This record gives sequence, C-alpha cells and structure tokens, in this order.
Amino acid sequence: MSYTALAAVGVAATVLLDLAVLRTRVLVRKAFWVAYAIIIVFQLITNGVLTGLAIVTYDPRAILGPRFVYAPVEDLLFGFALVTQTLSWWVYWGRRLNGAKPARHRFKGQPGGPS
Amino acid sequence: MRHLTYLVVLAACLIGTAPLEVILRTRVYARPVRLLLTLLPVGVVFTGWDVYAISRRHWGYDRAQMSGVRPVGGLPLEELLFFLVVPVCAVLTLEAVRAVKGWPVGDEPAGDEPAGDEPVRDEPAGDIPAGDSP
Repeated sequence: MSYTALAAVGVAATVLLDLAVLRTRVLVRKAFWVAYAIIIVFQLITNGVLTGLAIVTYDPRAILGPRFVYAPVEDLLFGFALVTQTLSWWVYWGRRLNGAKPARHRFKGQPGGPS
Repeated sequence: MRHLTYLVVLAACLIGTAPLEVILRTRVYARPVRLLLTLLPVGVVFTGWDVYAISRRHWGYDRAQMSGVRPVGGLPLEELLFFLVVPVCAVLTLEAVRAVKGWPVGDEPAGDEPAGDEPVRDEPAGDIPAGDSP
C-alpha cells in the first residue's frame, strides 16, 4: 500500500477506534477540537523542520505529491491519526482509572431493575 | 552537532510543553500509569507503521542528522522517541485546554459532567410502541 492509502486507512481506523471500539467519543468534544487546532500549528512547525531540513525524506511514488509546509499532505492524516488515537486512549484509561462508566452503560438501568 | 538535529527538535517539543504541567497543573506527568497505558498501544501501532513504511521505502532518514543509535529492530532512536514525545505533547495540550476552559473530555466520573456539551445518551428512550396496548 502507498503512504496515501495507508494514511486514509489510518484515519478511518482512528474514527472507528474512538467512536465504536473504545467509545470514548473525543471526536465530538469541543475540548478535543480546540486542542487539535493548537496541536496542528506545532505539528506543522516541527514537521516542517523535519522535512524542510530533509531529515525525513519521502519516496515520490508513495505520496500524491502536494505538500504543505514542506511535508506531504499525507502527514496531516498521519498526524491526525496519531494525536486522536492518543487522546482516545488517554480518555479511555482515565475512565477506567477514575471509575467513570462508558457512555453506553449510563442509561442502561431498566425500570424496576437495579439502578 | 548536526547529527543531533532530530533529537533537538524532539527536546524542543518536550521543553516547550513542560510549563503546561507546572503553570496549568495539567497533571499528565503526575499520572504516570495512565500516561504509560496510553503511550503503549499508540507506540505499538505507530512504530509498526513506521517499520512497514521504512521497509517499503515510503520514507527514509538522513543519517547525517541523526544520532545513529538504533535500539530496537533497526528503528532509529529518534523515531521511537517521536512516538512518545508527540503523544505526551498532545495529552498535555488537551489537559491544558481542559484546565483553562473547564470543558469535559469524557473521563469525568459519572454525574460530574456539566450538562449541555454532548448528549451522553445514545440509545432510544423506549422501545415500547405507543398505542399497541389492548
């Protein structure tokens, strides 16, 4: 698979992980998107340095071609996957360690059953 | 000194975000178990991706700007650190936003969550069809 294809799969897998597997749903949180907006600025700076100084180089055959701040556009998808998966796991473990219940269990109490 | 370039970039990320822990009390480094449990699955997935990408030559590295240390499976030390440093910075940023804005992120103990940010309920309220009773 090319980097382009893998990056697209990575984003899809990340969305599934957050919404369906861990059910952390950080993707619907304002706090997540504001944090991500801050992160992407610094990601563009550091990734721009790494690619601009040619510390990391890419095979032209593995990418689409367009670049943003020196880096291939695929890096934006890679970064999204990396950051989002991290924050989903952080919230997941926070729930487990805080004793908070996942959203799906919150309203499971049946009338007459244990609440 | 040029071989330290990548390491300097990573160090700058850690140094730049460290004040968040002190000034905003993000308590990320203060919760090492939770942090390690977070870094582990992410590290496995993304170093795996990295190993695959290097083997397929999707990307490569300029050895002149790297330390040359390859602790595990031929992966450069800098790459391994990248998948620890970036997640740590991401978590610090999320916790900083929470500290400043007070917005929930979804790990709050049940009942503590301020109303109105997100509907928690994701199942229909009732499944008894109305009007069918004898």
